Amino acid sequence: MNFFQIISEIEKVDPEVYDRLDSRRSVFKNMAGLGQKLSAAALPLAVGAIFNKAYGQTPANLTVVNVLNFALKLEYLESYFYNLRPTALFNTNTATSLNLIATDEANHVKFLRDTITAIGGTPIAVPATTEFDFTGSQGGKRAATFANYLTNAGTYLALAQSFEDTGVRAYKGAAPLTAVMANKTVLTAALNIHSVEARHASQLRAIRRALATASNPAPSLGIPVSPYSAAPKSWISGTDAGGASPSSSPISTSGIYGVGNDTGAATYGAGTSNGTMANVLFLAENNITQGGVALSGTTLPNTSSFPAEAFSEAFDEGLDVGTVAAIANNFSVSTTYFN
Amino acid sequence: MSHNLPTGAQPTAADLDRPLYTPIKRRSFFMYAGATAGATALVLAGCSKDDNNSPGMVNVGSGDVGVLNYAYALEQLEADFYTQVRSGSYYTSLAAGSAEKLILDDLYYHEVIHREFLKAAITGAKATPIKALETVYPANTFSSRASVFGTAMAFEDLGVAAYNGAGQYISTAQYLFLAGKIVSVEARHAAIIRDLMSENSFVGNDVITLTSASNSSVSTNNAPTNSSLERAKSPAEVVAVANGFLKDGSKLDVSALR
Repeated sequence: MNFFQIISEIEKVDPEVYDRLDSRRSVFKNMAGLGQKLSAAALPLAVGAIFNKAYGQTPANLTVVNVLNFALKLEYLESYFYNLRPTALFNTNTATSLNLIATDEANHVKFLRDTITAIGGTPIAVPATTEFDFTGSQGGKRAATFANYLTNAGTYLALAQSFEDTGVRAYKGAAPLTAVMANKTVLTAALNIHSVEARHASQLRAIRRALATASNPAPSLGIPVSPYSAAPKSWISGTDAGGASPSSSPISTSGIYGVGNDTGAATYGAGTSNGTMANVLFLAENNITQGGVALSGTTLPNTSSFPAEAFSEAFDEGLDVGTVAAIANNFSVSTTYFN
Repeated sequence: MSHNLPTGAQPTAADLDRPLYTPIKRRSFFMYAGATAGATALVLAGCSKDDNNSPGMVNVGSGDVGVLNYAYALEQLEADFYTQVRSGSYYTSLAAGSAEKLILDDLYYHEVIHREFLKAAITGAKATPIKALETVYPANTFSSRASVFGTAMAFEDLGVAAYNGAGQYISTAQYLFLAGKIVSVEARHAAIIRDLMSENSFVGNDVITLTSASNSSVSTNNAPTNSSLERAKSPAEVVAVANGFLKDGSKLDVSALR
């Protein structure tokens, strides 16, 4: 074991490691003691003790916990939705896809609960399955937009794509929060969930393409058909004409691909601040201005022959927590679960 | 360590002695304290893997600009690959309007846009983009379905793992946000390419933590078994793969990204 290499690696992500190891800076005394008094076999335990001392007493970052608990609510929504998947409606390929996605979402629930606990926070209570109404009627308070989601493959997949695309935008929008960026372990975990949600979204879009060309059971070989609300590309093209179910009522999926709210974007729920987020704008998915650069075949070299939609497809957009909560509350029986 | 020795130099006898004659910084001092012999400590200090000089390599730099240049390098590789795919015999044999052709066209558009955007963004940040990289591929890469999609899969998965692993090195929120806007599109690419190779491989234990935990060198990446997190890769892990597709003089040095 190369102890110094370990310290060096930690220093890369935690420049204050030396101060954490010994705030009194009597470094020499402690290290000399280690070297003289401990056998080689005992060294790993001693090293572990040093790190417990250095990191174990760090106060829990409640702000990060709030963000993670919000993500956890979204993962419950997805996980419970996939637990109800009507496998019999689908061919083998699609049923397998849904099984794989269901496993991932259940894993994300457990991972987030464990992570929140590990950093000293308290995970939210496990929601009752009756908290979610995937028909969109909020438990009979209004018309059911997706009443047949358990008996109609198209409706079920429309909801699935909507949840995954929302999830991608939600994680993307939360990553730049100051509190998340300050905790590199949480940031890396969030990024590593974010891209998995994008893989899911891509797959569900491929499945919807294949259903639109019903003779083709292989999702990857489905052909996208503009304007993509019925047979979408694997990536978001413009606003996809409002997504999987743009004209449904009272819930339209168009908001999932629309503009977010830049005002108070770092705040959600009961006014809980999650830090600041400088120079981050929550634009609609058809945005073609990135980092101040207006993207087009005339502004970017080597792209003059490209179709206009490619410039929006090449970038996904993020959403603020408040807008995500409003979308997700459409499926909350209490109507405020995601606040 | 790099605090003691001139960057890039291998330790000489004079170097090994020098720290003893100069005021020792606290952090350097820590390095010596537990060692059994002063000489051992000095050799350790001189051998940090981060100090390797890299003549003829392209150093992406450090900090936010370093991450942007790192991303620019990877997007150059992807964009070049799809550009060559489109003139290769496998692509040109595809039927117009086929799913595979439409997908390869879109991937080409997206990756070229990423490349050109990142170059513009780096310039816009008053920094200097790295040079145009020269690529090299194994023979017949562009002539068979298996090699076109196999290489595409490797690049797309690598791109996702690279962005995820480098996010922690970005200090400016808007750059992290921009990286997030790109990486999810790369993940969408990866999923469909993987399914073209083998249906329902859009997720799998090779890219997400299912049957085994994360063993990445990314120190903040500690996902356990059955957590379904992407396997982020450190810049060093990524360029170990990417440099295999870059000519001498275009190979990447990412040692300052940390």
